[in-house]
Amino acid sequence: MPSYYDRSTYLRGVKDGLPFILVVAPFALLFGVVATEAGLTVFETMTFSAVVIAGAAQFTALQLMNDNAPTVVVIASALAVNLRMAMYSASLTPHLGALPFWRRAFAAYTLVDQSYALSTLEYEKNPDMTLAQKTSYFFGVITPVLPNWYLWSLIGAMVGQSIPPELALDFAVPITFIAMIGPMLRTGAHVAAAFVSVTCAILFAFLPWNLGLIVAGVVGMMTGAQVELWQERKSGSEDAS
Amino acid sequence: MIDKSDLWIIIIAMGIGSFGLRFLFLGLVGDREMPPWVLRHLRYTAVAVLPGLVAPLVLWPAATNGQPDPARMAAALVTLGVGYFTKNVLAAIFSGAATLYLGLFLLG
Repeated sequence: MPSYYDRSTYLRGVKDGLPFILVVAPFALLFGVVATEAGLTVFETMTFSAVVIAGAAQFTALQLMNDNAPTVVVIASALAVNLRMAMYSASLTPHLGALPFWRRAFAAYTLVDQSYALSTLEYEKNPDMTLAQKTSYFFGVITPVLPNWYLWSLIGAMVGQSIPPELALDFAVPITFIAMIGPMLRTGAHVAAAFVSVTCAILFAFLPWNLGLIVAGVVGMMTGAQVELWQERKSGSEDAS
Repeated sequence: MIDKSDLWIIIIAMGIGSFGLRFLFLGLVGDREMPPWVLRHLRYTAVAVLPGLVAPLVLWPAATNGQPDPARMAAALVTLGVGYFTKNVLAAIFSGAATLYLGLFLLG
């Protein structure tokens, strides 16, 4: 059996992953708090966190469950938030696609924003990395990240109900999301998609079961894709002239 | 109150769905190419869904019974601005939280 472990590359992954504890811990803590406030038990909260490992999608699901949205709408909206994972999966496939089936399955389970972002950056910087090095780096990054995701979800779920309302924790979720949106607005197409999404969400807020969010998501994606095409054509015609 | 059987259906469906999305290409597509139009739409999923999710929460916060609240709106704008210009998620979260508490303190 070939080895997929390269010690120094693994350790470099661990080192690069360490700062992300600062992002993951408060987010997981918050999920634990918000989930128990919504009436989930510690066991339910932990199962949720361990099975899904996607803070944004979990917050979306909780929010919609609190609004009494139908189960199908909760699942569809939360998975829509997670669609970017398919994008990550697609972009990592050329690098890790040659791994044996179970390793690919485990890499998929641990594919989160942090492991994706750091790994693609590393693979682009060092195109000569072997499969063993790429694999070691990827799993190195998640080594400090994932256990902290579990741990801080648990702490949040256990201290949850003791947090007073004056702390305005209701607004921690919007702030965390907005903080992630800011750096995502890299191009005009991203800004246009976000702007259209906000506009549609407000215009269609009257729709039942949060269907306004689905409309906003679909129209926003189409806007981003169209603006990108338009920008490509524009720069193409400028090159030609 | 959240119904417990609904909750477990949601947890299980989200677990299978999230893993499915993560495994879709890595596990099943392998090295085959995807159509460019699919990739082009996938690139914008996060920026198309998250802002739409947040906008109503900012405009009509549940904590104020849906009344627009200046402290929360200011916090949202500061968070977005700091996140956009610094590309630093943590800095944006802390600036937004500071703005929120300052706003709640000053405006009561």
